[in-house]
Amino acid sequence: MADQSRSGAAFPSKPSEAPVVVFDNVSIAFDLKPVLQNISFQVKHGETLIILGPAGGGKSVMMKLANGLMKPDSGRILIFGEDITQMSEKELYKLRARIGMVFQESALFDSLSVENNVAYRLNEDHVPEAETHERVVEALKFVELEQAIAKFPSELSGGMRRRVSIARAIISKPDLILYDSPTGGLDPITSTTIIELVMKQRDVSHTTSLVITHRLQDAFTLAMNRFNTQTNAMERIPNDGIDESTKFLVLNEGRIVFDGSTRELVGSNDPWLREYLS
Amino acid sequence: MPFVSPEDFAKEKIGAVQDYSILAWRAIANFFSSPRYMADVYTQMDLIGVGSLPTIALTGFFTGSVLALQSATSLKAFGATTMTGSLVALSMVKELGPVLTGLMLAGRNASGMASELGSMKVTEQIDAMRALGTDPVRKLVTPRLYATVVMLFFLTIVADAVGIAGGALVSVTMLGMNTSTYFHSSYRSLEYADIVQGLTKPLFSAFIIATVGCYFGMNTKGGTQGVGRATTQAVVVSSIFIIIVDFLVSRAMIGVFGR
Repeated sequence: MADQSRSGAAFPSKPSEAPVVVFDNVSIAFDLKPVLQNISFQVKHGETLIILGPAGGGKSVMMKLANGLMKPDSGRILIFGEDITQMSEKELYKLRARIGMVFQESALFDSLSVENNVAYRLNEDHVPEAETHERVVEALKFVELEQAIAKFPSELSGGMRRRVSIARAIISKPDLILYDSPTGGLDPITSTTIIELVMKQRDVSHTTSLVITHRLQDAFTLAMNRFNTQTNAMERIPNDGIDESTKFLVLNEGRIVFDGSTRELVGSNDPWLREYLS
Repeated sequence: MPFVSPEDFAKEKIGAVQDYSILAWRAIANFFSSPRYMADVYTQMDLIGVGSLPTIALTGFFTGSVLALQSATSLKAFGATTMTGSLVALSMVKELGPVLTGLMLAGRNASGMASELGSMKVTEQIDAMRALGTDPVRKLVTPRLYATVVMLFFLTIVADAVGIAGGALVSVTMLGMNTSTYFHSSYRSLEYADIVQGLTKPLFSAFIIATVGCYFGMNTKGGTQGVGRATTQAVVVSSIFIIIVDFLVSRAMIGVFGR
């Protein structure tokens, strides 16, 4: 495993340097079948961690663990320095105000309009109606979907639903965003649009994020491109550069097989990894 | 189908009872702390109460009618057809009104709750709700529980009244009875204990319908097939529980009031 300094339980002591996400020896099993085994990694402030791996490798479970939607059988998970494995559900609700999550199948509330879906968290917090509407429009503009504000999820395409889901996740300006396969099941063009939005959020807001994907193309697009606010489009980083804040974690059968930077991933001699990347 | 050891089977069932008890307790307790989703309570009251009114009214009317028709035949043998009103009123208020209304509501609403929450579960909407900082039990289960309790109580009164009216229509138009005799007999036969018994039962039935429906919905697994399974289980289990609890409440009430 590359970049051992990012793994394990040796955490920086200064709060300002403290990682946003820490998995410390986390394991979980379903019906005695291990899904994640001794998972340890950290994500620093402003970093984007791309989680790769074959289907059924425990990626989505890891994302749900990071948001406290599941509890591990053993190990610790620290989010913003707080051990969420010891928190009650009520304490977790408060913490989740700082976390945005984009679900694999969007998970939009089908009985609510796009506006009410995006505004859900603000409505729960009793934010004044005028401010809520303004922020919803702003979030929908970010995902370039303001024309769909009055529509219902059933009237949207898969890609549009995913964009609404991103708008819902970013409306409260979270400090951490969890993207669970945001491009899963989408065609390549729509996938690129979604990845561009993830990149825009990374480069404009510098939000710490975890991104699950099974499409290597999406992962490397994120690592090798940047969002240009002048042209409002993504562009290749000059001189074959890579985004230094984007890191990779590769999972296979519930274990970490790689944790490191883009360069380390590309230069890895691990036979399984080379076959997976080829 | 894989063989399940008796130990695993027992553990699974005990675990389910434990989960159900926790869900039911949280659904009750949530109403006594904020946030309270009153708008959702009123929406559910409309869906459960107003939406079920035609079904309950029809069921009550024809149950009362057929009860008058059948009992008059038996009572005629004893020369006691004037007691038809009494028999219909007592049967409707103490037993048939509460039980049939409960069973009809179980068929209509326990299934509806299980399928709605089940669909939300399998499409990760419940997880999304938690991720957005909302307690799904507080937002989805508590409003359904309180709305069902309030509305089933009033629906039972409607079913009782319409049932007695149905019995009156049959007695007067088909059996040639006097309207005044029928209603006088009905009124005189009913006592305070009968009304209390008849209006206590819907409180228990409503609790069963809402908690069982929501429990199966919230624990749905296995996609659309799982939603169908949860819906069926919710109707079957809530119907059986309603009949069992009806017997227990009847016995307890007879013990307390002596009738």
